[in-house]
Amino acid sequence: MSSNSLIFKSATELSQDLQAGTVSSVEITQAMIDRINAVDEQVHAFLHMDVQDALDQAKASDERRAKGECVSPLDGVPVGMKDVIAVKDQPLTAASKILENYRSPYDATVVRKLKEAGAVVAGRLNLDEFAMGSSTENSAYGPTRNPWNLDCVPGGSSGGSSAAVAAREVPLSLGSDTGGSIRQPASLCGVVGMKPTYGMVSRYGLAAFASSLDQIGPFSTTVEDAALLLEIISGHDSLDSTSYPTEVPSYSAELKNSCEPKVLGLPKEFFGPGMDDEVRASIEQVIEYYRSIGYQTKEVSLPTTDLSIPVYYVIATAEASSNLARYDGIRYTSRSERAENAIDVYAKSRGEGFGSEVKRRCILGAYALSSGYYDAYYLRAQKARTLIRQDFEKAFAEVDAILTPTSPTPAFKFGEKSDDPISMYLSDVYTISTNLAGLPGISVPCGFSGSGLPIGVQLIGKAFEESSLLQIAHAYDRAHLHGRQAPNL
Amino acid sequence: MDIDYVANLARIELSDEEKSTYQKQLGDVLKYFDKLQELDVENVEPTAHAFPRHNVWDKDEARAGLSVEEALKNAPQSRQDQVVVPKVIEE
Repeated sequence: MSSNSLIFKSATELSQDLQAGTVSSVEITQAMIDRINAVDEQVHAFLHMDVQDALDQAKASDERRAKGECVSPLDGVPVGMKDVIAVKDQPLTAASKILENYRSPYDATVVRKLKEAGAVVAGRLNLDEFAMGSSTENSAYGPTRNPWNLDCVPGGSSGGSSAAVAAREVPLSLGSDTGGSIRQPASLCGVVGMKPTYGMVSRYGLAAFASSLDQIGPFSTTVEDAALLLEIISGHDSLDSTSYPTEVPSYSAELKNSCEPKVLGLPKEFFGPGMDDEVRASIEQVIEYYRSIGYQTKEVSLPTTDLSIPVYYVIATAEASSNLARYDGIRYTSRSERAENAIDVYAKSRGEGFGSEVKRRCILGAYALSSGYYDAYYLRAQKARTLIRQDFEKAFAEVDAILTPTSPTPAFKFGEKSDDPISMYLSDVYTISTNLAGLPGISVPCGFSGSGLPIGVQLIGKAFEESSLLQIAHAYDRAHLHGRQAPNL
Repeated sequence: MDIDYVANLARIELSDEEKSTYQKQLGDVLKYFDKLQELDVENVEPTAHAFPRHNVWDKDEARAGLSVEEALKNAPQSRQDQVVVPKVIEE
């Protein structure tokens, strides 16, 4: 089988081919490496790729299969990692200079689970430094480009994870989502991206940004593939005390069950001004499709929507300023050569090692937590967060899922928003409240703009009901498969 | 915002140029946050986690941790199985 045909296959198809014995994991992995060599100079999704390690894992998978000891449907299928997820003995830079020479001494729980499932864990994918940003322009190692238009951003912060899948450099990848960092880049790159319910996937081994909001989740070209990857990485983990003790059903098996038409909520606050006309037209077509297969739609109200961005930026920056205190120039980061005393070690190492958005957010967070301002900012934001959560609870009493655009616009050009933090923050306006409420959300490709840029629809589900959310998303995706269209590179 | 004060709290050294950029940008961001001040949050409980869990216990059993060499592998300076830092206690 030619490597060209392999890279355009979904993970589900690769899994079937492996089971049928028509292809080996080494062939798939080599095709992926060849593709990276051919296109990543343009896309720059990868910060690091350990070719030998990937091929060794693939060889081990083929040997298992030859002995009849294949361990999961993803045995032998490559999965790329956002460069904030720890893989033992591999670099983890978080796209920051401060972690330039760091090597992870252990595997994140999601990585352990993937290795146990036989997946080929390969590649370190670019991001906005410490996952702070919406365009991947904040990477200390240079931006990733959108495979659909190299002059445009891939979204962020998991822009490397979304671009790598869109460019067919890897069939699956993992990212992390704190305010939209999986769903927004998935939308901008024309692939599927899912943020699970808070607590569904262990955060052990994920470099923390905002601990009460962060979740790891999958990127893929189809909803079916997302289900396959999600069921492997989900589940309770005693190493993460916020991980939730709940059963993980076989999402991929449940997708095959017939699903009764559901009720979709359309939040009126999301469909107001600020949405690009082409995005609006595309979302209306999705709504029409759901109606045509028997779904009902219902207007719902989330009156606190306009609070979500200020609430998010207070909470996320406060938690970040506390979490990022660990990058201190002492234990495992680079240390400033100008440091003469202990305070210097902290301040100079961090001043030299952090990029401008990370410094801006740490300072904002320190301010929001500082004496005299805590009640006005952090505590008040946590109370407003309760109101946002209650809005969703009310809406979900009437509907099974909420449908919105993922991003107000298709991909924007480099530099367009990088000097204006608020305009950049507004690109997450539709995704942020999901994190504040802890709910699962998925972005599914739903078409293209006139200039050929992908558009995504977001579906938000009830807490811990990933299975139902995936079924609803699959009902649209399997009939359209926009994510299977590949850009010309 | 007193940028020098907050940068010191955050333990981040800033250049003069960064100070003036941040002063302006963060001023705009704080103005944007004013929406929060208008909100009536009386009698509203704060949310720290979407699905709070309390008293999460783990089995009290010994597990292997990192070896000293592994734990020190990423340290910028180490000596005799310890991280080296500038002197913090005055003579």
